[in-house]
Amino acid sequence: MLDHIWLIPALPLAGFLLILLFGRRLGEPKAGYLAAAACGSAFVVTALVWLDMLGKDAEERTKYLVMFKWIPVGSLNIDAAILADPLSITMALFITGIGTLIHLYAIGYMHGDPKFSKFFLYLNLFAFSMLMLVMGENLLVTFLGWEGVGACSYFLISFWHTRDSAATAGKKAFVTNRVGDWGVMMAMFLAFSAVGTLSYSGINHAAENGGISTVTATAIALMLFIGACGKSAQLPLYIWLPDAMEGPTPVSALIHAATMVTSGVFLMTRMGPVLHASYEWAPTIIATIGAATALFAATIAVAQTDIKKVLAYSTVSQLGFMFLAIGSGAYVAAIFHMVTHAFFKALLFLGSGSVIHGMHHEQDMRRMGALRKLMPITAGTFIIGWLAIAGVPPFAGFFSKDEILLYVFANNRALYVVGMVTALLTAYYMTRQVIMVFFGEAKWKDAHEEHGAHGDFVPHESPKIMLFPLVVLAFLSITGGLLQLPFSKDLHFLEHWLEPVVHHSEANIKGTWAYDNKYLLLLAAIVVAAIGIAMSVAVYAKGKAKPIEPKVLADGWYYDRAISGFMGGPGRKAFEGVAMFDATVVDGAVIGTAKGVGGISSVLRKVQSGFVRTYAAIIGIGAIILLAWFILRGVI
Amino acid sequence: MIAALIAEIKPNSTWYLVLAALLFAIGTLGVMVRRNALVLFMCIELMLNAVNLSFVALAKEMDDINGQAVVFFVLVVAAAEVVIGLGIVVAIMRKRVSASVDDLAELKG
Amino acid sequence: MELFVFVAASIMVLAGAIGVVTRSNPVHAALSMVLTLFGVAVMFVSLEAHFLAAVQVIVYAGAIVVLFLFVIMLLGVDKAEDVHTEPLKVQRPLALIVATGIAGVLIAAMFAGRDTIASGRASIDLPTVEDSDANTRQLARLIFSDYVVAFEVTSVLLVIAVVGTVLLARKRRGEKSEVSV
Repeated sequence: MLDHIWLIPALPLAGFLLILLFGRRLGEPKAGYLAAAACGSAFVVTALVWLDMLGKDAEERTKYLVMFKWIPVGSLNIDAAILADPLSITMALFITGIGTLIHLYAIGYMHGDPKFSKFFLYLNLFAFSMLMLVMGENLLVTFLGWEGVGACSYFLISFWHTRDSAATAGKKAFVTNRVGDWGVMMAMFLAFSAVGTLSYSGINHAAENGGISTVTATAIALMLFIGACGKSAQLPLYIWLPDAMEGPTPVSALIHAATMVTSGVFLMTRMGPVLHASYEWAPTIIATIGAATALFAATIAVAQTDIKKVLAYSTVSQLGFMFLAIGSGAYVAAIFHMVTHAFFKALLFLGSGSVIHGMHHEQDMRRMGALRKLMPITAGTFIIGWLAIAGVPPFAGFFSKDEILLYVFANNRALYVVGMVTALLTAYYMTRQVIMVFFGEAKWKDAHEEHGAHGDFVPHESPKIMLFPLVVLAFLSITGGLLQLPFSKDLHFLEHWLEPVVHHSEANIKGTWAYDNKYLLLLAAIVVAAIGIAMSVAVYAKGKAKPIEPKVLADGWYYDRAISGFMGGPGRKAFEGVAMFDATVVDGAVIGTAKGVGGISSVLRKVQSGFVRTYAAIIGIGAIILLAWFILRGVI
Repeated sequence: MIAALIAEIKPNSTWYLVLAALLFAIGTLGVMVRRNALVLFMCIELMLNAVNLSFVALAKEMDDINGQAVVFFVLVVAAAEVVIGLGIVVAIMRKRVSASVDDLAELKG
Repeated sequence: MELFVFVAASIMVLAGAIGVVTRSNPVHAALSMVLTLFGVAVMFVSLEAHFLAAVQVIVYAGAIVVLFLFVIMLLGVDKAEDVHTEPLKVQRPLALIVATGIAGVLIAAMFAGRDTIASGRASIDLPTVEDSDANTRQLARLIFSDYVVAFEVTSVLLVIAVVGTVLLARKRRGEKSEVSV
């Protein structure tokens, strides 16, 4: 089975091409089913590959497949090759699995949309790009996928492009991603000049054996982290993710929760040995930025009123957790949290999409309330997702978050405190969201009377095709924790599975106080979650205290506005200056040269008088000069 | 007395060559100064004659008959050239009133 | 004796040349050219090139000058040209410079190359009383042995010249020439 790993990216690509050619003819819902089938069959292949790998020993679980020689230019030798190893197959499994569920969901959600087949076209293209990203054997194939998902994100965010806000959001996402992509490119250049190859095995091997100097390794790692900040929405470059909620909810679920935003985490894990070979302070920077982002985004989520924006900031916050893990050397925990986060965040987004669908595209939580009776399955699955993200045992999020906090405590106490505060806030705002949407008073009754004669508006449950993915994801959110239970070494399935990939870079915390007292830390995490939930219930359900939702938090600490202001004002002036320089100096030099030549030639033109005798005279002068020169040289 | 002295002086090849140079220079001058196409051509013939003269003078000096053979061929080629040149002049000048080369200035840039 | 011949011939040559350049009437110029050609022929004789002298008179002075006169008369350009005015102001001074320059350079070249003149391999046979056409015979021997290819090629050249000129000067169909023959 391992010989056919090329099928995994090829099937969504085939889906893309088929929908490109026949999409409009297939129409709704066949185009959707085709796309879902493409993604689903890729999942089946991935699962078979995974089962095949399970049957092998740890060393044999890596398979390279070279598809064709891409760039054989002198010493630069890059193949278009894909790599199937534990890490990439893990990623491929949840990408294709959750992807298929979201494809099915979208068939229901996008019902009636005039651009139905185009949506699935982009979704399949996204699946293909994402799979190339995670299965790439070298940095360049990954970068191909990286750019591809960025482009698909742009297409899908601005899917309803007639809305100004959607078009702007798409552009914002793309441009911000580009800033990050610069980092990845610099890292590629550095890696190539240091090691001479772009393939992961080459670079990591060199990093493990001291082939890359500490300075270079640090530079590469930090440049990659800049790219990760762009793609995975960390602190300086997170601004596109909240705006990306303009896209349809399946897009938010797939791209901005489960897959694309995790590619930064994936890349850092892949290049773990390089990070390990860099200076001590480099991972600390990554961990600090991750923690800061987590806290920052969590505070903003507390004050959001749009159902999707809460989840968007929540995603930024959870990604911060993942980078905090990577900075603390906990690669397995980061991947674990990535997987569980994919489950419950996709569930939460799809659930919110179901709510929006049922509320006829109302997204403001202040106009919702008491929906649990009217949308029971949506409410039930959403609550499961809430418990998972809040860190309530035995749901998935508890185990993964706890694993991260364990490693963080062993590494840096201060960041542990930040992590705990963030966990508390996470529990708080998610509880707030659940209460505002599903419990409390039915505020939609009053709001809709303003909207005019709709008759009796009653929110309704979504069609079965949308509920089915919710149920599956809820199940996974419950059982996802089984991947890596902390109770004994034998239950560390994920750690053993990923060992060939991360063994060099994973931090070893055996023997630290944290490791010995991990049950104590487990308990602390449960307590923190309980406090957060209790506080939220007290404020929003029981009304015991006033809600704290200051404007500064609702506006995201005015960060976005600051950037727009800077770019619009001084930034724009600077760029206009550069553009003017280009037009006058650079273009001027070129055009000036042309004009100069023209001027000289119009002067020289007068030599051609047309009179034969003058020409004869000039020939005579030339002959004299030549002869004189020869005589003087003594040749004659 | 003077006659005897004069009889002593034999013109050597240098005199002939100098004369040939002068003839060539006069021909060049004529090419540049005259406007009538046919007189122009005649001045070119003067230049050819100067060359022939210098060839023969040098042949005498170097005692080599190959110089004279060259002149033979130059003569033949000059004849052919005159034929074609005059044919061209006839073809061009048929339509015009004057034979001045200054009127053939269509190559003016 | 030779000096006298040389001086006389050179006077003929130079006078004829100056006449070609300065005479305003083209027919006069052609006749001056005949004078020059005769002078050159005399010089050929004094340089022991008898055959060439004969050919010079027959071909050059006899055929070529006559051809020139034919064309002058045919085209009707035998009217005098105005030699006093010169429309191109720069031309006369330029011409003088070029002419003196060429003369000077040639003479300088001559004197510079004096020492490199070596003796030839086929010496000139001087005609004696018994063998009065020695020059012709030797020249003929040379042309028909060493230079026979060149000789054949020049005959081809002459044919081409004749054919080409006939084609060039032909009247196009329907075209009327201003000159009536």
